[in-house]
Amino acid sequence: MNDRSVRMTYREACRQGIRAALQADPRCFVMGEDVGKYGGCYAVTKGLLEEFGSTRILDTPLAENGFTGAGIGAAVAGLRPIVEIMTCNFSLLALDQIMNNAATLSHMSGGQFSVPLVIRMATGAGRQLAAQHSHSLEGWYAHIPGLKVLAPATVEDARHMLAAALADPNPVLIFEHIVLYNTEAELDNTITSVDISQARVQRSGTDVSLLTYGNGLPKCLAAAEILAAAGISCEVVDLRILRPLDMASIVASVTRTHRCVIVDEGWKSGSLSAEIAARLAEKALYELDAPVIRVCSREIPVPYAAHLEQATLPQTDDVVKAVQALVKQAAGPDD
Amino acid sequence: MTDKIHLNRPQLQNLYADMLRIRRFEAKCTELYQAQKIRGFLHLYDGQEAVAVGVLAALSAADAVVATYREHGHALARGVPMKLLLAEMLGKVEGCCRGRGGSMHIFDRERRFFGGNAIVGGGLPLAVGIAMADKQLRPGAVTACFFGEGAVAEGAFHESMNLAAIWQLPVLFVCENNLYAMGVPLADAESQTDIYRKAEAYRMASLQVDAMQPLQMEAAARQALAHVRGGRGPFFLECRTYRFRAHSMFDPQAYRTREEVEQWQHQDPVQRLRNWMASNHWMTAEEETAIDTAISTEIEAAVAFAEAGTLEPVADLERFVLMATVVQENADVQEDVQGDVQENADQQEASP
Ligand SMILES: Cc1ncc(C[n+]2csc(CCOP(=O)(O)OP(=O)(O)O)c2C)c(N)n1
Ligand SMILES: [Mg+2]
Repeated sequence: MNDRSVRMTYREACRQGIRAALQADPRCFVMGEDVGKYGGCYAVTKGLLEEFGSTRILDTPLAENGFTGAGIGAAVAGLRPIVEIMTCNFSLLALDQIMNNAATLSHMSGGQFSVPLVIRMATGAGRQLAAQHSHSLEGWYAHIPGLKVLAPATVEDARHMLAAALADPNPVLIFEHIVLYNTEAELDNTITSVDISQARVQRSGTDVSLLTYGNGLPKCLAAAEILAAAGISCEVVDLRILRPLDMASIVASVTRTHRCVIVDEGWKSGSLSAEIAARLAEKALYELDAPVIRVCSREIPVPYAAHLEQATLPQTDDVVKAVQALVKQAAGPDD
Repeated sequence: MTDKIHLNRPQLQNLYADMLRIRRFEAKCTELYQAQKIRGFLHLYDGQEAVAVGVLAALSAADAVVATYREHGHALARGVPMKLLLAEMLGKVEGCCRGRGGSMHIFDRERRFFGGNAIVGGGLPLAVGIAMADKQLRPGAVTACFFGEGAVAEGAFHESMNLAAIWQLPVLFVCENNLYAMGVPLADAESQTDIYRKAEAYRMASLQVDAMQPLQMEAAARQALAHVRGGRGPFFLECRTYRFRAHSMFDPQAYRTREEVEQWQHQDPVQRLRNWMASNHWMTAEEETAIDTAISTEIEAAVAFAEAGTLEPVADLERFVLMATVVQENADVQEDVQGDVQENADQQEASP
């Protein structure tokens, strides 16, 4: 740590982002279950009720469809709500409002309205919370025109994506991975904003592109490290924005490496990874020296028992094996 | 209301023993959680025992039960063997759900225990459907549906109440009003804090009961069940209670004072029943010791069973996603465990 940077957790970075937003704009408020007195189910909003009071930090009853819809209405009518849904699992109760109202109002009204709403939610598995608390639904939401979908994987994005999302005239969903909350990194004080339009190369490489986001990023970086020792150079791309996808950056990376592994905690069928693979087939097929490989969750509801849960989720080791197989395959059978 | 129960010694002692058994089981779970043998979310039932015990004592084997993520007490009172429950929480294949569900998802078909639901309000529509089936297939059977007062704010609550009422279904809605939904006090969440009055809007019979009084609780449950069994439609029971422990193991309880919790602990239903029974000669010191010892023995055996349990082979991970045959409720469990299909052959060779 020095004056230019400060070490903080992903959780603290999310909190700092919210604080800054509340300080910057009096129209901005936080609404959701247990964001106030309880301090947030993942402690992200801890201390904010004391600092900003109960009109800016609004505890709601258990009524996901109701308060999310209220957030949409408030945004349309001039406020800047940050709606927190505890986890994406419960966002299913609000799916109607998100999909049928937030995502459609601008278009259906012929551009008469915009919905400058931000919805934050936790996502992902890995803490033995079993099927109903372990979904990864960001890929699902990325299916919906009219939404923007962000997946901060780094402390920097956790800190700064919110401001960019609030500045956007459209409904923006931010998915914070539950396993990332306790991760720590140096946050550069001289960086005061981030874009929400571009993927980012987190590690340059020449042999294989690893495309990932969220909790896939640390796994891919770890895999890249292991593979580097074996002489395989991986380029790790943090997608950051899942809708709209930054295909230019993705194609650019694959054009450099000619091989691609997509690492996604979602399921494969009808998924984000499927979408990326399809677009690569459309736009960059002749850049590829080998088929695209996907490392995703097994197609089952996530089980409770630790060994079963870990076997369900994509792991660093799975990424390493996928890359090794890919490089071998691309080199040809006699190599 | 106590006069409606004809007090007798074995019945009272069972009531006490069943409540104490849950209390002691939860204490063991806390220990096992601290030892990191139980993981994930763990929600304990301390303070609310009279609700599960009171209602489930009055149910018969043909009835059905739907519960929440705070359901160890209901599972135990329903007769789910403690060792299967604990093995489940330790993630062992010997557990009642083969370690796939954990603490929040206890299921036991044999005892018509339909979970263990971790989505607040998620069990209510299910209970309505079970009652629809039972009305045709098992006349006389009642579905007891437990949920916290937090669920009352969800749309699923209102939709389910209305459906049960218009179709006159045999559902006993049991709202465990422990005054908090995580950190949200009742008064911050509901404009009408007398929850039983919500039933009026659906023209459903209802009752509010002090669930810190086990005898009153049991009497209310019997009264409610008599109504449903009598074919007079669903019933709504609001049980006023209190959760002594944190919401889950991650809760610093900033939303309530220590004094408030202590105040309620003076009303501890387990302790007070014990004291009352002891001083009114419903239980001798020897009988109390016998109850205590039996519980200790059962818990020790359950822990030993769970610890000795094995892990499901990872090769079986994708079983039960789809089933090959319809499971009959009274079928032999072992048999249809073989009856699942492997959907994702593709998925298995997918990792290169
Ligand atoms: C739909 C949904 N929203 C939020 C949650 C997170 N959550 C779990 S328990 C709980 C509080 C529920 O309170 P209550 O219904 O009163 O039951 P209690 O915990 O008091 O037994 C919340 C908000 C959830 N599991 N499901
Ligand atoms: Mg409650």
